[in-house]
Amino acid sequence: MRAVRTAVHYALLCLCSAVILFPMAYALLMSFMDGAAILAGRLWPEEWTWANYEDAFRQAPLGRYLWNSFLVASVITLGRLIVSSLAAFAFVFLRFPGRDRWFYICIATMLVPWEATVIPNFLTIQALGWTNHYVGLIVPFWAMAFGIFLLRQQFKQIPHELYEAAQLSGIGNFRFFCRVVLPLSKTSLVTLAVYSFLDAWNMYLWPLLVTNDDRVRTVQIGLKQLQTQEIASSWGVVMAAAIIAMLPTLLLLFAGQKQLRKGLMQGAIQ
Amino acid sequence: MNERVSPVFPPAPWSVRTKRAARQAAMKSWLEGMLYLFPSLLLFGVFLFYPLGRTMYLSVFHTDYQGRPTEFAGLAHFVALLQDASFWHSLKATILFAVLTVPTTVAVSFGLALLVHETRKGIGIFRTIFASTMGMSVGVASVIWMFMYNPAIGIINRLLSAIGGVPASWLLDPDTALYAVAAATIWMNIGLTFLLLLAGLQNIDPSLYESARIAGMSYWRRLWMVTVPLLSPTLFFVTTVSLIQALQTFGQIDFLTKGGPVEATNVFVYAIYREAFVNYQFGSASAQAILLFLIIALVTFLQFRFAERKVHYQ
Repeated sequence: MRAVRTAVHYALLCLCSAVILFPMAYALLMSFMDGAAILAGRLWPEEWTWANYEDAFRQAPLGRYLWNSFLVASVITLGRLIVSSLAAFAFVFLRFPGRDRWFYICIATMLVPWEATVIPNFLTIQALGWTNHYVGLIVPFWAMAFGIFLLRQQFKQIPHELYEAAQLSGIGNFRFFCRVVLPLSKTSLVTLAVYSFLDAWNMYLWPLLVTNDDRVRTVQIGLKQLQTQEIASSWGVVMAAAIIAMLPTLLLLFAGQKQLRKGLMQGAIQ
Repeated sequence: MNERVSPVFPPAPWSVRTKRAARQAAMKSWLEGMLYLFPSLLLFGVFLFYPLGRTMYLSVFHTDYQGRPTEFAGLAHFVALLQDASFWHSLKATILFAVLTVPTTVAVSFGLALLVHETRKGIGIFRTIFASTMGMSVGVASVIWMFMYNPAIGIINRLLSAIGGVPASWLLDPDTALYAVAAATIWMNIGLTFLLLLAGLQNIDPSLYESARIAGMSYWRRLWMVTVPLLSPTLFFVTTVSLIQALQTFGQIDFLTKGGPVEATNVFVYAIYREAFVNYQFGSASAQAILLFLIIALVTFLQFRFAERKVHYQ
């Protein structure tokens, strides 16, 4: 009976995995087929070819798109870590008039969907001359209520006695923040970093609005370009580009999955 | 949110000094605190509160093609929207999209999380696989599904024909397009929802299961009497997040259908985008954006109120 249950359990696991992995596997197989095989509707390449990958890099500045995405997502992530941890530190350790009111104001920003502010933001970026510049893709995303909230939860776990001891021995707030609070919060910082990077890599509406130049376009917009140009002729090239575009985030997810699972809950619940 | 029990602070050093020194100390601590908050507050101010206010302002004005207000419009944009069939259509499409995606995403992810909750040999691999769609960005997921939906060479129609079904032109047919986009969206969103639910499951004290087992409860009874109530905060949280995400859907629509065919997938955010950045009707688009803001704020607020009463917190 137990053996049967185990067998059924594993069968279910494999079935679900197959369904979830299918689109990725399908794209991978298509990316190795030539145009004729794809149009013939084959599922398995008879002749494996790298031609689609070569074309993806030759016909579109895919390398450039990837680099842009990488740069934008990394700098957004770094900025979010700095900005959020500074604010969270103030909310947990510092006492000053109006602190709690500011905290509620920060949390209230979660009620505002980004899309509701996108029109004036676009006009602002235009007025600043930041369209087609990395800075326009990056700076608006540095402040993040979720990040402040997540890190605040974490900082609250740090014994307040440590802070008092530091104060008594004349260690300044900023040094305490850098030397004690940040190192003790590595798990949450990594969680926030992984989440932020995936989120920033996934951005679509904003880069679509503020870039129209291949030099700064991100890979999401690049895929859109490629799809629009290539749609009739070579699906293989589009699939090859998709495979390449999914690699960085997929690898990051594999590496950070456990961390993410543990850390996200801290911010989500409690 | 359980506030930390504040420890006994030493008496503030200024309490014995003059009032002026106390004021100075308070001023100093205020300045220092604000210095840490400054980056967040500045960014929220410039990129969130100002534009929200500006959107409200623009929503009662007629604007030129550069988004400059030209003439006061009062509530004209809102009245026009409420009388516009295409607005109601867009609202209906958005609601239908949320109804199609949210419950399914949460239910499927919950099932997957239950499957990998127990520790078994090789379970780590399955956990990674189930979370993997979180690594699929909107562009990647969309081009893959677009290809799968291709009426002539896509795998879905080929499988359908193979088992004797009727092939459809999924994304090109107004009757199926929204369902097709919803299916792709569910696949994309499963990763994160699954990960959060698994984390929630693992936060439940295992001894509770043990007692339930000893009490002779069947698996399904334990699931319903123990797991679901204890997981309700997480279930509630992922439902809210998914719902808000559904109301904000844009990327996959732009890739897969561009709001068509015949506006079948013209969801709210896509309609705003078109009105503002294709038609340059910034005033009317702002009015729609304000409605989006109100809807999302209301949903968030209602769900939290509802959850406070209904959800079991540990």
